[in-house]
Formats: sequence, structure tokens, C-alpha cells
Amino acid sequence: MSTINQSGWKPEMGSAGEAGPATYTGNKALMLEEALIFEIGTTGTTGVDLADAPKVTPRLGNLARHRDIGLPGLSEPETVRHYTRLSRQNYAIDLGFFPLGSCTMKHNPRLNEKVARMEGFADVHPLQPVETVQGALAVINELAVWLIKLTGMHAVAMTPKAGAHGELCGILAIKAALEARGDPRSVILVPESAHGTNPATAAFAGYAVENIPATSEGRVDLAALKARLGPDVAGVMITNPNTCGLFERDMKAISDAVHAAGGYVYCDGANFNAIVGRVRPGDLGIDAMHINLHKTFSTPHGGGGPGSGPVVLSEALSPFGPIPFTERHADGHYTLVEEETASARHPHSFGRMVAFHGQMGMFTRALSYIMSHGADGLRQVAEDAVLNANYILRSLEDVLDAPFAHSGPCMHEALFSDNGLAEGFSTLDIAKGLIDEGYHPMTVYFPLVVHGAMLIEPTETESKATLDQFIGAMRSVVQRAKAGDPMLKSAPHHAPRRRLDETQAARKPVLVWREPEQAVAAE
Amino acid sequence: MRYLPLTPSDRQAMLAVIGAKSIDDLFADVPAEARLDGPIHGLPNHASEMAVERHFSNLTRQNMTASHTPFFLGAGAYKHHVPASVDHIIQRGEFLTAYTPYQPEIAQGTLQMLFEFQTQVARLFGCDVANASMYDGSTACWEAIGMAGRITKRSKAVLSSGLHPHYVSVAKTMAQYTGDTLDTALPELSPATDSARLLGAIDGETSCVVVQYPDILGRIEDLSAIAAKAHEHGALLIAVVTEPVALGAIKAPGEMGADIVVGEGQSLGVGLQFGGPYVGLFACKEKFVRQMPGRLCGETVDAEGKRGFVLTLSTREQHIRREKATSNICTNSGLCALAFSIHLTLLGEKGLRGLAELNHGLAVQAADRLSQIAGVELVNDTFFNEFTLKLPKEARPVVRALADRKVLGGVSLGRLYPDVDALANGLVVAVTEAATMEDVETFAAALQEVLA
Repeated sequence: MSTINQSGWKPEMGSAGEAGPATYTGNKALMLEEALIFEIGTTGTTGVDLADAPKVTPRLGNLARHRDIGLPGLSEPETVRHYTRLSRQNYAIDLGFFPLGSCTMKHNPRLNEKVARMEGFADVHPLQPVETVQGALAVINELAVWLIKLTGMHAVAMTPKAGAHGELCGILAIKAALEARGDPRSVILVPESAHGTNPATAAFAGYAVENIPATSEGRVDLAALKARLGPDVAGVMITNPNTCGLFERDMKAISDAVHAAGGYVYCDGANFNAIVGRVRPGDLGIDAMHINLHKTFSTPHGGGGPGSGPVVLSEALSPFGPIPFTERHADGHYTLVEEETASARHPHSFGRMVAFHGQMGMFTRALSYIMSHGADGLRQVAEDAVLNANYILRSLEDVLDAPFAHSGPCMHEALFSDNGLAEGFSTLDIAKGLIDEGYHPMTVYFPLVVHGAMLIEPTETESKATLDQFIGAMRSVVQRAKAGDPMLKSAPHHAPRRRLDETQAARKPVLVWREPEQAVAAE
Repeated sequence: MRYLPLTPSDRQAMLAVIGAKSIDDLFADVPAEARLDGPIHGLPNHASEMAVERHFSNLTRQNMTASHTPFFLGAGAYKHHVPASVDHIIQRGEFLTAYTPYQPEIAQGTLQMLFEFQTQVARLFGCDVANASMYDGSTACWEAIGMAGRITKRSKAVLSSGLHPHYVSVAKTMAQYTGDTLDTALPELSPATDSARLLGAIDGETSCVVVQYPDILGRIEDLSAIAAKAHEHGALLIAVVTEPVALGAIKAPGEMGADIVVGEGQSLGVGLQFGGPYVGLFACKEKFVRQMPGRLCGETVDAEGKRGFVLTLSTREQHIRREKATSNICTNSGLCALAFSIHLTLLGEKGLRGLAELNHGLAVQAADRLSQIAGVELVNDTFFNEFTLKLPKEARPVVRALADRKVLGGVSLGRLYPDVDALANGLVVAVTEAATMEDVETFAAALQEVLA
């Protein structure tokens, strides 16, 4: 094999060197400071040329705006430069390894961006007559079919805007189903290791939330769960694979027990990337599961959204799912089931969750990704994601405490704790040390069931060389934390900012920019 | 597979390190009955970039696109020209492929942008503070109703009949499960809004009054009297703005006493995208900030005293507070917020005012032209860039007939309010800077023909 360089960049290829002298601008060569638009723009500047407005008698009633708004403008070159300079202060998957557990930071293919921008998808209005948007409805329908088949479920609600919105969709379907059979219940059971959105969602829908205990190996305690089930339990919300990175071996038995007690099973599908193409959640008896298109199906995270959270539903819950949705007819044309037709076509729906039809721009991207991989490639995705995570687990468990390493292979993510570091050193120091090494840190302090949790999810995107270099960097940072290196305690040293004072930010919140004199006056 | 870097020999070497014989060993915890032996049947295998692109090209041609057609749809989503630099910037990988800025030292780009965005939104809405965005206008509206309930500890919300019917539907869906009571009504094809009804409905049980501005029929009304009455009874005024460009021409809701102002930011930077993703705008008075849903970016300093930004007040949020959080929202609409913010920075105050004036001027001309057609009546006496026409016949088939003539001629109220006879002849027409007077003439000629 003609490998050129098997391990990529060698650790000895560079040293951080001296900090260097202070500069007049505060810049450090390519590390450029950038002021706020309010400090560099003016209200009289614009970067847009507009046609003259026709002279008309205004029809604004007596509401014409006289007061200044206070919106600064920049010319186009200044605008491009402002945001380009800002962008360079961000870490991103395009720049390097981003092992944020439970977030599935995988490569975002640019083909997805290209197809989403095709005019027929990007430049159509959600309320155009359905005859004029058959191609857009076809995309929604094709993606829906893929999601149903990949999960082995009965139907899918496409409109939820993100994962937590999908959770709400699933819980509302459960609530509607229980109410329809005259059996309203009051409690949702959630494991302690769950994402915060799970209990928040159940509470939002009016349920009391109770914890399900875990076993010492990091899985749901089936016996304890069975003991708690009863006529007041509406359902359980279980993440599978769970946030300790483990497959819930008893998932089918859990589902059977919950069903026998008259409840429903919600599965948090945030970690679907570990099993796509290898396991269909429908075969494990679940009733509803959201799929984060921005995780498993590669739509970009965008610095915090937009996401997209379609929810697959079992036959039992399907009648209660939200409107609108697409229907494909025998002749190949599509229609929408929305308010007008819901009473005839979908009479038990719990209603509408959002204006319009969901995250169309994410549907095109996700479908592009899914078609690119196909059934065979998606299976390979899960296999490589799990292989990469196990490789990290086994390559670090000798230096870092891995509380569930004995529980079997991990799935898509490897969980460590901060036990065994020097006095006064914790997960946060490891994370900030990794920043100096040129990585985005792993998920920290989650799940809550492990002290100082470090949750590492490599995804299938990473090559072996990338993982080897990361493992080397991680071992180095861990050794420094064990040795009590004070330079680690004050890391990062090489990022655009040193550690930021989050306490001050919360104690005296400054959420908008004010002119300096006003800011002083407000104090 | 072009997105997967591991080679077969890498995989073998890694399995050896792990101590597993095959990849199947790593899935040993999956119960045997749920393991799939091979790719799922009935689904195609992987495809080349060219093949995928071809598939989408074929589908996209089945849609009638807004830029190739005289186009007049609004009702919560508007076609505005988005400068090319906006889409260029949001495709920079450092913005596109970043995560939520939980590690602020390496996310100052996103955080500073969010701080600028929050300030822009607060100023535009005439409020003290704004958050880092919500999913869209409809969910922001519902979250505002929930927030008003937490602040007032009351559960009766009074919704204006001019609130977008999808927003009303979303609120109704949520209210079924939270025990809130919603006082709603259908709009009427008249120049007057239902403010008299709202003023009459506010009492000591009311948590909030929700008014869209401009409303679903395009009407604009002073909110001051409603704000005063609401405050007199300890209730809040929530204003909903689905067309933020309007605020370049008309007073901000905050100026008229609104306590919470939410909106749909799609008009600036985002594009139509068949309904999503969009960006929910959420602003309020400073005293309510700890009851706000969603992410907030705040200013602070780093260990060397340099200004920097962080996500803050997260003790409101689900990842800290779990079942006691102010909302279950996690993901916001960061990239769309960026697009909104860039577009607004390019416009600046001068550009926004010019854009608003242009929209209004074209809309006035279009309204005058279309209402000259025999039997067509202009409902509004006030509007910004959107108005309602009363046609001599049901509007829904008219819209379809216009589409057959390659004109996308507005949104029929029959689509939005099925089975409401009194609204069936209503047609909501939006006119932005993207429409030309030639487009208006084409529309007028087609409408005349369809109505004949």
C-alpha cells in the first residue's frame, strides 16, 4: 500500500512558541479582532442599492414611523469583511475534529447545500397552490418514505422544527391517544441520563416527571421500571442508544412491559446515527421517535440551528399525528392534508404544531445525504461511527476513567469521567486544554449520572489518522491534568479569547449593545 | 462511499486494537431479533453526486418558482430580494458547520453575531432585549403566550382575529395540553379590526392580548389603547410581526406599549424555502428577561479583561433546569438569524426605510390598479405591503386559474379559513420590491380574464 503519511500531522511538527509582543491593533497576524456593527456602522450607510419608491399618498393610517430605529449599516465590502473576520473566531467541523457527544458533528456535504438552493425548492412559497409545488411535495414524501423504512415504523410527522419540538410532537400524540380512549394519565418516566429536553417536554405537556433508575452498568433498570408502571403512567421516554453510549439491551422487554401496563414508549432518536441501517427502532416496540436531521442526516448545525425533527410513529399513534402532511396518489400526484381536509382524512389529529410545512430546506439536504449513501452506505455509516467510538474508548481507557467500559462495546460515543485527575483539576480543564490543541472539546458534564462526564462522539466522518492524533493529544492533556500542570488550569492560551467570565455575564446581563454614555447612565 | 474516509485495512487495524473479531461484535448488545443482516430491503443503494443532483433537478422543475412568475403571495412569508453576499457569508464553513456556542473561547464569531442580532431585533421591535431566536414566528407566538402566563400567573389569552390562522392553530394545539384558555374570533372583510372586541374581552383573568401588526389582512392599527387597557388589568400585550420590513415604515410595537414582541424574520435574508427553515424573533421588556424562552447571548470579559460573549442566563433552560425550564426549546435558528442580521446590516436604517418605502409605494399602486377591475373591492383603508381584495366570486378557484395563466396571484382566504363562507371571496395580495409594475399589469389582466 502506498501510504504517504499514516498518522497525518506529527506532534513534533510545531510548537506553540512564545506569545510574542503586544500589537497596536490587538490583532495577532491572522487572529483579527473585530468591533461590533454598532461601533463601525452608521445609520446613514447602506450596502444595498434600491430603486426609487413611487410617489404615493401613504396608507399607513397615523402610524408612520418618525423615531429613529438605531440600525447601523455597512457598505457591501465592509459587511463581507465584518462577517468573514467574525467567522474566523469560530471552530467548525470544516476546520477539524468536533467530538461533541450526542450532537453527531459529521461532515456536511456541499451537494446538500447545492440542491437546497435550487430555485424550485428555495424560491417557492408555502401557500402556493399544490399543483405548482409538486416537486417540493415529492421531496417531503420521498424523505418520509425513507424515514419510515429506515425505522420500521408506520408513519412520520414531518413538521417538527427540531429535536425538542419532535419530542413534543411524540408526547402530544401519546396524550391524544390516551385521551381518545378515555384514559388520561399523569406521569412520564424518564431516566436520569436523559437529555434535558425530555423532562422539559413532558412537563410542558402537563405531565409529572419521575426518574427511572439505572443499573450499575449504565442501562435502564428493567425491574425497577416494571415495579413503577401502573395506571397513572402515560409512557416512558428512553434514549436508545442511551447517553452513556450504550445500547439498551432490554428495549423490547421495556416496550412490552410499558404496553402491557397501557402506556406508550417514546424513544429519543438523537443517537440514531449509531444504528441506522443496522437496527429498526420499530422492531423494538417503540411508539414514537424523533430523528434529528441535523445529526444523523448531516444537515448543518449552523452555529445553533435550524434543526429539523421529524417524528416516526407506530400504528397506534399515527391517527393522532399533526397536520399538515403529504399524500401521494395512485397517479403520482401529491396533495396536502391540512385544515381543510383534516376532518375527512385525519380526524383524530392533535392539530398543527407550526405554520406551513416544516423545515423544507432541511428535507432537501437530508434526502440528498440519504440518497448519496443509500441503504448500504447508511449501514456503513453506523458501523464506522461505532467502530470509531470503540477505538477511542479502548485507546483511552488506560489513562482515563471509563465508568461503563465493562458494560460491553459502546455504540457511537465513549463516556469518561474526571476521576483520577490531580486535586483541583476537572473535566473543564481537559476541555480547555483540547482547545489549545486545536480541537473542539467533547460534551462535558453530561450525562449527569457520571461525575465530570466527558462524552466523545467521533462520528463516521473521521479518518483513523485523525483519531490517532486526537488520542495522542487527549493522552497528553490527561497526563498534564494528572500532573497538576498550572498552565492547563488557565487554558486556553491560544484561542481568540481566554476563559470567559460566565458568572459576571449572568449576574449583570448585558444582552444588547448600548451607546457608551447610555450604558454608563444605566448603571 | 465518498463521505467515509475509513479504508478496509483501517477497519481491520482498529478492530484489532479494540479486540473485536468483526464489526458485528460491536453490535452484540442488540437483541438478535432486532439485528438486520444486511441493507434494508426495498431501498436503493448509494448514488453518485451527479445522480443525486439529477434527481433533484428533475423534481425542482416540477415547481413554479417565485422569481420566474409574477408573484404576489404573502400571509406570513414574503419574497424579498436577498443580496448575494448574505448567502455567501452563511455558507462559510465556520458559520455553517459550527455547533451551538457552548465553548465560547472558540465560538466568538457566532456569539458576537448573536449579540448584534439581539440588539438589531430589540431596536427594530422597540423593546429592551431580544433572544438569540426561536424556530419561527408561529412557535415564538405560542412561547410568548406561555411566558405571559408565567408572568401574570393567569391562563386566559385573548387573540385578535387578525392573527395568522396558522399561529392561532399552533396556539390552540398547545393550549389543549396546558390548560390555557384562548379567546379567538374569525376576521371580517372590513377595514376595521376587532379591537373593540379585544378591549371588551380584557379583564382581571386575562394573561395577555395577542395582536398581529400588520394583521393577516394587511391592516395596521395603533396598539396603544389595547396596551393601556391590558396594563390596567395586569395583563400583557403581545404584538406579532410577520413582516419585519414593515417596521421601516411604521411605528414599532414597543413604542406603543407592547410588553412582548415576537415575529417571523423570514423576510430578511432567509428566503421563501417552501415554509422553512425560518427564524422566530422574540423581544420583550427588560424586567421579563428571566421568564424568556430560548438562548440568550450576553457580554462579558475573559481572563485578560478582553470583551467577549457567552450564552447566559441558562438557568432558565432545559439542559440545566430540566422539567422546571421556561421552555423545552434547545436548538434555535442560528444560521437564519445570521442571514437576517447580515441582510439588516447591509440595509442599515437608511436601507430599511428605503426598502419599506418602496414596498409601500408599489403596494399602493398595485392596490389602486387591482381595485379598478370590475367587481374587485379593496378591503383595507390601511396597509403596508399587503392588502385584501374582495372578489366577486370565490377566491380559491381564482388563484388556481391564475396559476394556470402563470401568475401566482396571492393567497385565498379560503385556503387559510376553509369552510368560512364570509371569507371565501377574500384574496390577500402582497407586493414587495421583487414585483414590477409589469408584473402588476400581468396580474391585473389575468385577474380580469379569470373573473370575466
